[in-house]
Amino acid sequence: MQTSEKHEEHTPGYGIYILVWMSLMTLTVITVAVAGINLSNFTVATALIIASIKSYLVLTIFMHLRSEEKAFRIFVGVAIFFVLISIILLFSDYSFVAR
Amino acid sequence: MSSQEHSVAHVHRDDVASRMGMWLFLFTELLLFGGMFFIYSVYRFTHQADFHLAAKELNTVMGTFNTAILLTSSLTMALSIAAIQKKNKNLSIFFQIITIVLALSFMVNKYFEWTAKFHHGIFPGSPELLDKPNGEILFFGLYYVMTGLHGLHVIIGMILIGYMTRLTKKEIITHDSFVKLESAGLYWHLVDIIWIFLFPLFYLIT
Repeated sequence: MQTSEKHEEHTPGYGIYILVWMSLMTLTVITVAVAGINLSNFTVATALIIASIKSYLVLTIFMHLRSEEKAFRIFVGVAIFFVLISIILLFSDYSFVAR
Repeated sequence: MSSQEHSVAHVHRDDVASRMGMWLFLFTELLLFGGMFFIYSVYRFTHQADFHLAAKELNTVMGTFNTAILLTSSLTMALSIAAIQKKNKNLSIFFQIITIVLALSFMVNKYFEWTAKFHHGIFPGSPELLDKPNGEILFFGLYYVMTGLHGLHVIIGMILIGYMTRLTKKEIITHDSFVKLESAGLYWHLVDIIWIFLFPLFYLIT
């Protein structure tokens, strides 16, 4: 990863994409199967964790973040960080107000 | 500015900046959908029982099938970029067309899914829906707005990829100049990521 700062230097093979696709399909099957089991409070959490893993795969491999310049990863990291901050602040507020 | 020594024969362009611009646009999309996910999570938190009841109306098989279609279309999009990098123009065009066909079948499924809901009398403002408890009205309101906006993105993506196919045919997109195709790909993968979150949050509440 460190050696591939230049984006166009290497041409990725088809294999890695097919591998990622198979992982995404497997994770979809898992998330549907898990939804059938009642895990009470953990149902939403498991669904969101699996969705996050899938998004990570899409971002790094399909969207080429792995081979992009470092600035791209920092930008995306900051964007996701602020979405997380918003949702954490929102719920730190709402869990006291509602119910 | 310093890298202009050996670019005399080239048209001035900056692929990294183009991709960065596309990513910046994608961040605005994150805000747009993010806001809706916030609304969703708050209402789900305050109306938990209603959301569970309402979600039972959705067709999980149809949702799973559409997820598979969209994930596969993301694969063919990535493959079309890999193909153009390997100077395989026709293979790239083939994968782009497959992507469009998959996107179209996603929309066809959506059409059948929505019309089935309409037949059951569930659509925004319908008397049958308004008789239901508040939480269920909110659930279906969010369902129509969020999957509707996502569907709009799928349609825009189809048009965008179709235009890229045209540019590839005309050899404006080539193995050493494919940033347009890459940006269309980035957009398409974002549409995929949004669906990755929409799917469990709407179809898989049991």
